[in-house]
Amino acid sequence: MSNMTRNRLLDGAFRAVGLLATMLGLLLLAVFLLDILRTGLGRLNWQFLSALPSRFPERAGIYTALLGTVWIMVLTALIAVPVGLAAGVYLEEYGRKSRWSALLEINITNLAGVPSVIYGLLGLNIFVRFLRMGSSVLAASCTLALLILPILIVATREAIRAVPKTLREASFALGATRWQTIWYQVLPASMGGILTGIILALSRAVGETAPLLVLGVLAYVPFAPKSPLDEFSALPVQIFNWISRPQQAFSFNAAAAIIVLLLITFGLNGLAIFLRNRWRRHLP
Amino acid sequence: MKQRERLIEALLALSAGISVLTTGGIIVMLAVEAAHFFRQVPLGTFLTDTQWTPLFADKHFGILPLVAGTLLTTGVAIAVALPLGLIIAIYLNEYATVGFRNVIKPLLEVLAAVPTVVYGFFALTVVTPFLQRLIPSMAGFNALSAGSVMGIMILPLVSSLSEDALTAVPRALREASYALGATRLQTAMRVVVPAASSGITVSVILAISRAVGETMIVAIAAGQEPRLTANPLVPVETITTYIVQVSSGDVAYGTLEYDTIFAAGITLFILTLVLNNVGYWFRQKFREQYE
Repeated sequence: MSNMTRNRLLDGAFRAVGLLATMLGLLLLAVFLLDILRTGLGRLNWQFLSALPSRFPERAGIYTALLGTVWIMVLTALIAVPVGLAAGVYLEEYGRKSRWSALLEINITNLAGVPSVIYGLLGLNIFVRFLRMGSSVLAASCTLALLILPILIVATREAIRAVPKTLREASFALGATRWQTIWYQVLPASMGGILTGIILALSRAVGETAPLLVLGVLAYVPFAPKSPLDEFSALPVQIFNWISRPQQAFSFNAAAAIIVLLLITFGLNGLAIFLRNRWRRHLP
Repeated sequence: MKQRERLIEALLALSAGISVLTTGGIIVMLAVEAAHFFRQVPLGTFLTDTQWTPLFADKHFGILPLVAGTLLTTGVAIAVALPLGLIIAIYLNEYATVGFRNVIKPLLEVLAAVPTVVYGFFALTVVTPFLQRLIPSMAGFNALSAGSVMGIMILPLVSSLSEDALTAVPRALREASYALGATRLQTAMRVVVPAASSGITVSVILAISRAVGETMIVAIAAGQEPRLTANPLVPVETITTYIVQVSSGDVAYGTLEYDTIFAAGITLFILTLVLNNVGYWFRQKFREQYE
């Protein structure tokens, strides 16, 4: 066999291997989703969504965990979004090229790489113990807010950076101040990217389990939270609890709860992609 | 007007400062709490004792078994994610059509959007039984299953960062190679991948850091038995698992047993901090410059 034929053969072989590898990832995703559906769908009904937790698997439901997840999602957004946006705007529009901003830059890159359990330890010490919030909705939301802050800041900065310089200059030329330019021109023009970032960050927060476990969030909470200072449970914590039990019946519950959790995270991700595409078309 | 502008700028700077406070908070918190621990357990013992049994009657405080568990699951994850991710990146970048790529990339990103507790369920209920059929001697909790699933989780990270590195290689280099009669594969392996090697290295370093810090998959599927071993078929325990196990258990706050989680936490923090900064430094230093 000549060198050339051999090389051509190898090239063709790699093309097949590459396609296979790419498909393998998607295939595993499919196997996995189908398995979850097969295991959990039978358990998923209105009773499951509206029942309180129970030690009998067939009576247990995710009512309190689901409401807890909604609570932390809203509260985390309320805490993290204003701070993340403000920090992103500051870094992109004000604090350029100073030593302080170089420090902020390295700091945020590092924060984004800190494992989520470490945020759990931070929240445990600061919010749960020092500020005496207990394992409450508020403590968990503050912790998750810190966790998603780097994601929000990076997304805000990228969205703002995409706004053309001419827009700012036109605004300045009309006598607008820096803040007026940001508030009336830059932010509206970058809203699509910012919203996408917010939603992706929230979808990350919704699925986080480890920090909640470290904070002491329980699986068995027989009431829905009424205020931010109430104890609560959350879907991922409930799922983890069910997975850890030996009885087969609980694994059906876990799969059913996973379907609900995946609907939320995939729903949020889908929304983010939809918004991104929509806004992209609107920009000149 | 001017005062209002200044006030706004100050408020924005304050918000940015929260991120610095967070870092400061993490470092101070870990240092203070770990100091309690190291007053009772010498650092030398912590780093060299080969047993970790703080919750047993015969207490040993050697971090090595937890580090070994972490490195073992991470090693398996990288062994899965690196070849697969690199092949995918090369295929998508050098072989696939633009249309195919635009469909596949977002689908692969879905892998990164799945919550890790869900991957844990997958590892325990699907992958472990499947692997046990191939390797009957494998335990129900093991590093192989947890690590492989973790590899699937970090696959999009490796493939998309590597692809960015491949895309950055200028077209002229490829064309020069084609002009010499090289096939796509020869061009990819001998020209494009070497030219993008630093970017690929960065993607691997960041993937390692992610795997080291990952908690739920290993907590669910790798077991909770600290063990100094390189055998991926037996139960192990990672640093992250230990932290979750103790903090969500019923160990009393303020005891030496409880303080172990901060000693474990500071070890984990230093590990990921070093990895992230090596990655960051590598990216700054070896960023390929083509005119």
